[in-house]
Amino acid sequence: MQAQLRIRRYNPEKDSAGYWGEYTLNDVNSNDSVLDLLHRVKWEIDGTLSLRRSCAHGVCGSDAMRINGANMLACKTLVSRLGDGDSIKIQIEPILGLKVIKDLIVDMEPFMDHYKSVMPYFINDDPPPEDGRERLQSQEDRARFDDTTKCILCAACTTSCPSFWANDKYVGPAAVVNAHRFIFDSRDKAPEKRLAVVGDTFGVWRCRTNFNCTNACPREIEITKAIAEVKNVLYTGEI
Amino acid sequence: MPKVHTFDAVIVGAGGAGLMAALYASRSANVAVLSKLYPTRSHTGAAQGGIGAALANMEEDNWEWHSYDTVKGSDYLADQDAVDVLTQEAIKTVVELEHMGLPFDRFPNGRISQRRFGGHTNKETGKPVMRACHAADRTGHMILQTLYQQCIKNEVNFFDEFHVVDLIRVGDTVRGVVAIEIATGEFHIFHSKAVMFATGGWGRVWEVTSNAHSLTGDGPAIALRRGIPLQDMEFFQFHPTGIYKLGILITEGVRGEGGVLINSEGERFMAKEEYAPHIKDLASRDVVSRAIYLEVKAGRGINGQKYVHLDVTPETVNHYYELDGEDRRIDREYIEAKLPDIADFTRTYLGVDPVKEPMPVQPTAHYGMGGIPTDVNGRVLIDAQKTVLPGFYAAGEVACVSVHGANRLGTNSLTDLVVFGKLAGKNMAEYCQEAELLPLPDGAADEVMAEFERIRNNNGGVKAHEVRRKMQESMTENVSVFRTKETMDKAIADLKELREAYQKVSIEDKGKVFNSDLLEAWELGCLLDTAQVTAVSGLARPESRGAHARDDYPDRDDENWLMHTLYFKEGDGYRLDYKPVTMGRYEPKPRVY
Repeated sequence: MQAQLRIRRYNPEKDSAGYWGEYTLNDVNSNDSVLDLLHRVKWEIDGTLSLRRSCAHGVCGSDAMRINGANMLACKTLVSRLGDGDSIKIQIEPILGLKVIKDLIVDMEPFMDHYKSVMPYFINDDPPPEDGRERLQSQEDRARFDDTTKCILCAACTTSCPSFWANDKYVGPAAVVNAHRFIFDSRDKAPEKRLAVVGDTFGVWRCRTNFNCTNACPREIEITKAIAEVKNVLYTGEI
Repeated sequence: MPKVHTFDAVIVGAGGAGLMAALYASRSANVAVLSKLYPTRSHTGAAQGGIGAALANMEEDNWEWHSYDTVKGSDYLADQDAVDVLTQEAIKTVVELEHMGLPFDRFPNGRISQRRFGGHTNKETGKPVMRACHAADRTGHMILQTLYQQCIKNEVNFFDEFHVVDLIRVGDTVRGVVAIEIATGEFHIFHSKAVMFATGGWGRVWEVTSNAHSLTGDGPAIALRRGIPLQDMEFFQFHPTGIYKLGILITEGVRGEGGVLINSEGERFMAKEEYAPHIKDLASRDVVSRAIYLEVKAGRGINGQKYVHLDVTPETVNHYYELDGEDRRIDREYIEAKLPDIADFTRTYLGVDPVKEPMPVQPTAHYGMGGIPTDVNGRVLIDAQKTVLPGFYAAGEVACVSVHGANRLGTNSLTDLVVFGKLAGKNMAEYCQEAELLPLPDGAADEVMAEFERIRNNNGGVKAHEVRRKMQESMTENVSVFRTKETMDKAIADLKELREAYQKVSIEDKGKVFNSDLLEAWELGCLLDTAQVTAVSGLARPESRGAHARDDYPDRDDENWLMHTLYFKEGDGYRLDYKPVTMGRYEPKPRVY
């Protein structure tokens, strides 16, 4: 089939404002990924097109983009998911709410700062077991935070969230997901520190449960549910 | 003029090895970690099935059995003293990862869950043993996340999206690295007492690969250009089960959970006498990849194509468990819980639901057993006499310790990363206590800056991606699961032409900010160098061992070739040298699975 790509372009060294670049690709297969198409544009048509990508199968989190109006990973979005027939139109823009550096590349630092603000690391200063082995954890306790361990920090969720668009001081869904991963880990000893961050003015109460984040997550994490579980702990005081 | 930063030590690469080294080294030294990606994008995160350690959480096991399996898996090319370090340290280090918070799956008794994996056995019964510690099928992801989290906690200095392009070496000392800040295009010099390369692999030399686009062999190529040899580069692992045409990895854990390989005649072919009648689908990777290749060659690929089926549907798995006299049975929920990412990949990319139907798979370029020669403390060795280059370290896939020899066992790459990342990080920190910061030479960045200017201003009209595609096609055709003198000669001739074409590569992006056009062109030069070393080293080894399988020399030659290859770049040419394998408790014997 033929694909007509409309890609948001901006080069800070040349352009005073962004514009739409239009590119036509022939011989596109329905099982090509959007990343495959972007590579074809870059390699065959315009070498200046810039984007981040690495693993190309949805686990490294480099290539979150807004594709036909929704956040997705370019490498995990096949043409068949976007339409069929002899011709297809695909619009690709950078994720929203973070400053565009060049073309599809945004400044990830504010996103990473929010992530770091929830203390996304294991805290347990008790001495480990005397036998020199692992701490024990039941399968039930391990299951409580399984979903939120899947996060790859692609920012698809946070940059699809209207509350984040409205105020970028909101820590955003990805940071809450990572707080959840530790708050619900029976081995961790510092849930109250993280709850203080996510319970603050720019924490979970900014969430209006519109499920954009859950829809956007390429790892299919039930983000809105995780946020609700954190809200519930803040409300009841019980984990 | 490049901006100069000064540190005790610089670590290049922020995957499992780089981050583990950073955690240890930064306890006593001032360390910078440079990565061309954000650390959590590193390819350690794509590792799936497990990390090998003889924890014996479910059944009897010990580190000596793990050593034996690793040596046998290596086709006796691993250094046995180093293997013992790997397997003993594995146990401590996996427990340490758990103490760092890594969310391993658990057995009902609350201990770390373990599963079977290829080539890991009970030495007494010869039967598969549960040794692969795992977190579902995203074990690498959890290792990468956990180590990065701990680095944040310990305030490690990161320079994200800094692309290292040269090593500053003066005689037998190293003085730092040259890097490009990708966001600005500016050159920086990191002046240091010590440098560690933890840059990962070079799977993008081949067409079908499980490796990320960023795995372009930068580390080995830079080392080579700075007079450091590369060891055992002819041994590159083709993982048996990549998704057909795409190469995306399908973990060996699928077979560890009971999955089987099936040909067009419906046979579980790994059980055949000529392949692996004892442990069948859980034979080591070189054996299984060759079997798939031979089945396809004999016309038993599915629908006459170059793939076979990997079947983990409960009906099939339980059928073979019953035939094999095993009590175990699985159901769909178990597969969904233990292999969620695999199910996601095949549903997304193939529209195949693995709990209901088999997955089409073919061998995929996966892992370099060779690399920069080191000792067990990560110190780089620059000749056959094992002379240390003081202050230069390597760890992870880019290093060749050698614990993997001619073929790596599944799960041992993650073990390697954390064990040798830790030992190298510790040793480097100790080195920094003693060593002085030697002055930078004049114009330390000039040579590599000139090379970038050459690429930027070149008007030769050749496109980098065309050269890359031709290299990948030639290496896939000629230096793959099987090779011969004829095919390797062809690859070397092709590479000569492609290296000439490379001199004419021109780019369209002349800017500075995020110029991936320029960086991809430079990376292509690294790929061409690593491809060249692979083909030349392979041609010079007239035997079949592990992943180096030659139709023209089908037998292993222990009399002459229990030797590690060393490839030195000399001007535009090269020199080969050899050093003996360190033997130990396990004498070479025929390898039967």
